[in-house]
Amino acid sequence: MDVGKLQRQWVDLTSALFREGFLDGQFTQLQQLQDENNPDFVVEVVTLFFDDSERLLNDLCNALNHQLVDFKKVDAFVHQLKGSSASIGAHRLTNVCIPFRGCCEQRNLEGCLRCFQQVKQEYSLLKNKLQGLFGLERQIVAGGGSLPMM
Amino acid sequence: MTEDLGCDGEGDAGKERVIVESEKQKKEGKLSKIVGSWEDLGGKLHVLAVDDSIVERTFLERMLRKSEYNVTTAENGIRALEYLGLIEGAEEGNNSRNDLKVNLIITDYCMPGMTGYELMKKIKEKTHLQEIPVVIMSSENIPNRIEKCLEDGAKEFMLKPIQPSDVKRLKWHVKSMLCLGR
Repeated sequence: MDVGKLQRQWVDLTSALFREGFLDGQFTQLQQLQDENNPDFVVEVVTLFFDDSERLLNDLCNALNHQLVDFKKVDAFVHQLKGSSASIGAHRLTNVCIPFRGCCEQRNLEGCLRCFQQVKQEYSLLKNKLQGLFGLERQIVAGGGSLPMM
Repeated sequence: MTEDLGCDGEGDAGKERVIVESEKQKKEGKLSKIVGSWEDLGGKLHVLAVDDSIVERTFLERMLRKSEYNVTTAENGIRALEYLGLIEGAEEGNNSRNDLKVNLIITDYCMPGMTGYELMKKIKEKTHLQEIPVVIMSSENIPNRIEKCLEDGAKEFMLKPIQPSDVKRLKWHVKSMLCLGR
């Protein structure tokens, strides 16, 4: 296994994630909170984030499918998703939550449904990319390498 | 958009009250629940962190621990009040859980059931807990909300996501409560 090659791939993927706005400086904060005593911190928090987000997306789906949509409830779910996305540096996902909240405020169901599609899409993209990144990390560590400092 | 009230926040009346209490308690041979000196703390502050989001709570806890704080987390206001012994009939002065002494409370504003503001008000009602500095966080920058929190007792209002510099600043709020005999 060419650990050097994997490390270069990791650097490229991470740079792309930042360049394309999937991640922002807050993700760097997460990485900096990881150390020898907490070597899996980033993966742990992001995994919590995945579980929490999927629960919220489910809740949103249910809430938006009600005969009488409770916009306050929908807004509360979006607020939660926005908060947790921001705390892990999920930049694009955080940003699509903003117009979503606007549509809730305006009680605009069509707008909410559109935003919900966007949120699901951004979440899906982000999850794929982060899982790819973590997969690379596992391979690097298994090959005896360490993660480059960005 | 945060206001650091520092040592001047409470004015002289607040400082005097703390001095009088600890003098009295020294005479009675009791250890003040609100620690009387910086050395008594042994250098590590105990922070109670309240947030209903598990992701944000995990992030905050790690940030606090990395900055050398001891941390207890609570997922909502009720749990926080239980931890502080304010629920289940615990009375002022009866609570001898000195090992659980809290030096600072940091709480999210938006929580289901009880907001961080409401939690703060409940804490401030209790004489034996009044002196614990309370910091409120929110992802929403709403000036009226911020003003109200600060006016009604919050030491600082922090915008999320919390930064390491915000966390480092927390110890100064505790130190400002311990400004004795300056």
